[in-house]
Amino acid sequence: MDKETKEIISIILLIFFPIVLFFASFLIGRYPISPVDVVNTILCPIFPQLEVNSTVTTIVYEIRLPRILGAIVVGACLAISGAAFQSIFKNPLVSSDLLGVSNGAGFGAALAILLSGANIITQIFAFIFGLISVATTYLISRTYKAGGILVLVLSGVAISAFFNSLISAIKFIADPDDKLPEIVYWLMGSLASINADKLLMILIPVIIGLVILLLLRWHMNLLAMGDEEAQSLGLNPSRVRLLIIAGCTLLTSAAVSISGIVGWVGLIIPHMARMIVGPDNRVLLPASLSLGASFLLLIDNISRAVIAIEIPIGILTAIIGVPIFLYLLKRGYSEWS
Amino acid sequence: MVVDTKLFDVKNISFSYEDEEIFSDISFSINRGDVLCILGPNGTGKTTLIKCLNGLHEIRSGEILINGENMKKLSFREISRHIGYIPQSHVPSFPFKVFDVVLMGRAPYLNLTDSPKEEDVKIAEAALKTLGIENLKDKEYTNLSGGERQLVFLARVLCQKPDILILDEPTSHLDFGNQIKLLEIIDNLSKSGLAIIMSSHFPDHAFLSSTKVAIMKDKKFIDFGVPDDVVTEENLKKAYSIDVRLMELDDKRKVCVPMKTNLKLDL
Repeated sequence: MDKETKEIISIILLIFFPIVLFFASFLIGRYPISPVDVVNTILCPIFPQLEVNSTVTTIVYEIRLPRILGAIVVGACLAISGAAFQSIFKNPLVSSDLLGVSNGAGFGAALAILLSGANIITQIFAFIFGLISVATTYLISRTYKAGGILVLVLSGVAISAFFNSLISAIKFIADPDDKLPEIVYWLMGSLASINADKLLMILIPVIIGLVILLLLRWHMNLLAMGDEEAQSLGLNPSRVRLLIIAGCTLLTSAAVSISGIVGWVGLIIPHMARMIVGPDNRVLLPASLSLGASFLLLIDNISRAVIAIEIPIGILTAIIGVPIFLYLLKRGYSEWS
Repeated sequence: MVVDTKLFDVKNISFSYEDEEIFSDISFSINRGDVLCILGPNGTGKTTLIKCLNGLHEIRSGEILINGENMKKLSFREISRHIGYIPQSHVPSFPFKVFDVVLMGRAPYLNLTDSPKEEDVKIAEAALKTLGIENLKDKEYTNLSGGERQLVFLARVLCQKPDILILDEPTSHLDFGNQIKLLEIIDNLSKSGLAIIMSSHFPDHAFLSSTKVAIMKDKKFIDFGVPDDVVTEENLKKAYSIDVRLMELDDKRKVCVPMKTNLKLDL
């Protein structure tokens, strides 16, 4: 494929598609709203002369908008941190939960559901335990003298497994009539309960995480060449990696805290983005951000529209993600990049 | 009295992994225009020495002075403005474009939150031009031949605007012809004012572009000096434990020919 065709495809896929998808997503749901009403309702804060119906306004702003924004934020956060992790660990097969953030958050949520059951407590616990698990992974890897990336990754595997077993322990003692299903449902991931308050709570960590990753994105290229080369180019590899891990962890914990565990996005989206725009993180990170947002929004639309009962989104991302991943794997990088 | 500051002055350095001493008491100095070739058998610690010289490993004792400044007091960033380094082997990463790889050489001059600017792009373009590889600019560096890739890394190192180049066996992955071409590039670069330290497995290389040669064996330099004095039949025998004949070509250039050892395996 030549350069120009590729550029056109990238612009359509990364800029126009997300915009169209964003507006189209308001049409999906039990209450039918016409495209004109959607556009009018969204634009009416800017152009007050537009006529809008109050029921439509409520549905658009209080029900559909938070959910759409939720899908966008969760998809974007998981994808951009997956892309960053793949670069700094020099490995295209890692995803955003490499260092244990998902299972840590899962344990936090399960614990909160067991002890309290209030939505806000679950979100806070999930977020904090996500951070705790990655911090533990990092600190453990620091106790090994000649460690580097491998020790970090293996500690991540261990901490992940540890929190996973704690989750099982909580499931075992949870009341099977109400607590247990709630825990299981949370772990499968869902965007159904996202509202404006939840979104506001993660605003700050998401902004901090995004700023860190986007500012450091060119230097991620250096880390992708290996630590020794990065250092010979003047970088302190472990310090920069720590900063990036911190940024990724803020984003992933924030995302997981409102959606539960949504797998595969952080693995396949960076691959797709790399096939479209190449491996340079200056472009790859924004591209992953955009692609991740539209991917999860699209899947959430499917989960809302196609089937009468809502399927947990974590199940759908896996069902759709696995074949995509296998396809990408087979096709390799040769043709696109 | 004028104090003569050497560009790169290595004083009695030693290094050990845990309790295992790799080398000790190595001293030498080089200036602009010098090419130091470090020879020695496999496993003598040439690579380890090189990683100490460029600051990747911390030396156990002694000191390394760059323009009279102790390297220990310099940050990675400051070191990277003085020393450009090309490792012996590179594990391929993501398929970056050649130009993006070369551009990485500007990192020593960019803040952590910066991306390369127009000025950096120009410097990278100039480096590609210097080495005659502008045509590779948009190719993926992972798809290049060994020779081309080595030129790309050289271009990247040139973007660092270093005073010293440290190359770990720069010819080891190159074919016969590319080896000579690379040595000639090294020769050119040294004449433009760079000081170059390289390790090699070929004593011949010392005669091609070096101004100084060191032979490393048993944890130290067994000899150091100009090629004609150091690369001798006697020294080569000491280093590699085989007989070597030194011959002179018509243009007076010397070559080293290893003699057969008449090894018989009991098969």
